[in-house]
Amino acid sequence: MQVSPSIKLTENDIMKIRNDFPLLSQKVHGKPLIYLDNASSSQKPKQVIDAISNYYLNEHSNVHRGVHYLSSAATEKYEAVREKIRKFLNAASSCEIIFTKGTTDSINLVASSFGKKFIQKNDEIIISEMEHHSNIVPWQMICDERGAKIRVIPINDNGEILMDEFNNLLNEKTKIVAVSHISNTLGTINPVKEIIYLSHKRNIPVLIDGAQAIPHLKVDVKELDADFYCFSSHKAYGPTGVGVLFGKEKWLNEMPPYQGGGDMIKSVTFEKTIYNELPQKFEAGTPPIAGVVGLGAAIDYINNIGFDFILERENELLEYATKKLLNIKGLKIYGNSKNKGAAISFLLDGIHPYDVGVILDQLGIAVRTGHHCTQPLMERFRIAGTVRASFAFYNTREEIDQLVSGLEKAKKLLGN
Amino acid sequence: MSIEEIQNEIIEEFSMFDCGEDSGDSWTAKYEHLIEMAKELPAMDEKFKTEENIVRGCQSRVWLHAYQEKGNLKFLADSDALVTKGLVALMVRVLSDHKPSDISKAELFFIEKIGLREHLSPTRSNGLLAMIKQMKLYGLAFHQKQMD
Ligand SMILES: Cc1ncc(COP(=O)(O)O)c(C=O)c1O
Repeated sequence: MQVSPSIKLTENDIMKIRNDFPLLSQKVHGKPLIYLDNASSSQKPKQVIDAISNYYLNEHSNVHRGVHYLSSAATEKYEAVREKIRKFLNAASSCEIIFTKGTTDSINLVASSFGKKFIQKNDEIIISEMEHHSNIVPWQMICDERGAKIRVIPINDNGEILMDEFNNLLNEKTKIVAVSHISNTLGTINPVKEIIYLSHKRNIPVLIDGAQAIPHLKVDVKELDADFYCFSSHKAYGPTGVGVLFGKEKWLNEMPPYQGGGDMIKSVTFEKTIYNELPQKFEAGTPPIAGVVGLGAAIDYINNIGFDFILERENELLEYATKKLLNIKGLKIYGNSKNKGAAISFLLDGIHPYDVGVILDQLGIAVRTGHHCTQPLMERFRIAGTVRASFAFYNTREEIDQLVSGLEKAKKLLGN
Repeated sequence: MSIEEIQNEIIEEFSMFDCGEDSGDSWTAKYEHLIEMAKELPAMDEKFKTEENIVRGCQSRVWLHAYQEKGNLKFLADSDALVTKGLVALMVRVLSDHKPSDISKAELFFIEKIGLREHLSPTRSNGLLAMIKQMKLYGLAFHQKQMD
């Protein structure tokens, strides 16, 4: 449905939005599904599902390869999504938009290619204590390869980056800074603009892991002045299997290709291969065309709803849920940053998160339990895991009420 | 009782909670029972909660210790999550104190019959599936040792 940003939405409008998401009307264990695991992956509107099925029904062919009608049509469609994403992120040129498999793939691409060119023995890479394993392990791998070191920005008990400590870590050995825009575990919205500003003062490039930010707030890579920005389609109402790497042209041009194969070359002889230009240089092989088409439809969907509405709606849900959850005796929230996205991690006193997840599941409520791929962060808080409820604009206050009564039930069943 | 008989006894026990198709609260009673069993499982001595005895699941941890008594193989087990521990208690009740060869050959049908099969799914990654595998491996190993 279409929503104009200035109009205040009624519950009725939300119901219309929910109708766009066929899966939300499912029943689980005989109860209406309450989907509060959006930070893992969001559900898909039928506009996205239709775009993918229409593509396969009517438009499919390989891209960049044929003179025939279908191939040109598919190529045009694929490249149009690239342009759409350029606009969405406000990038300078569509050659700065690389299609990947997802955030993980985007970060691996940069770690490997940037690393091969720019990272030497004893150099340093700065990440934060709250990073997802996807923004830790690829850097460890290139550090192992090059003999470089990872430096970690500590956070405070509220889950906020300590900016002074960050500033102190920057030095002439720092080759790149990689931090998340929003923490998937704590919900913290990091001051990425300031992080980029401080890094650029020393000519150090910054990669932003935007996996959790893209579905929730307007990202402008020009305004942020980010050097690299990564996200996954599936967390932003699009299909799985596709993601985006934005990279400034000046960096991408200097970086060697990540993988070799078709499409990424200009000419190949057994003696020498001339690589293709951007963005094809980084898109070896047949890309996930249907996925890209679906991502395009997801971006249209988000644009139609508008970030003004999304932000307002999700903030309202976050506030409501925080207040309600804190009313539960013995519940502790992890992540209390001033600037926070729509995800809440918590624990019930003395109760294992897995048990809570099992009981909520019986009630049709989907939450995530465990370490959320942020084990160093769990270590920081000296816990094994949390329960995480994460919201999308299609969630409702009633669903949060159900979560709260589910937690009361879990407490009763599991408490000592 | 044989492994099979114990399993049938458990199925019988749990059948009390299946009061009709869509009785919304049958699961609650079932989980209450499971949690009760978790709480009744004799505490595992901390000295057995070693790195070596840990059966790693991603979501919850399970400890398993095996020892032999009068030719039978016995298990001590524990978990940090209550629901998992309830299932651990059931597994111990079924498999502990039998001949090693019986344990290694045992066919476990009761979990499915009492409607808790989802807890054995590898995607749950709660350590249970790995624990069962480990119990059977112990059975096999102790059996081999007896043969030698
Ligand atoms: C902050 C963050 N970074 C990276 C990722 C990895 O995304 P993907 O698995 O789609 O590559 C996730 C997803 O869980 C995430 O939340």
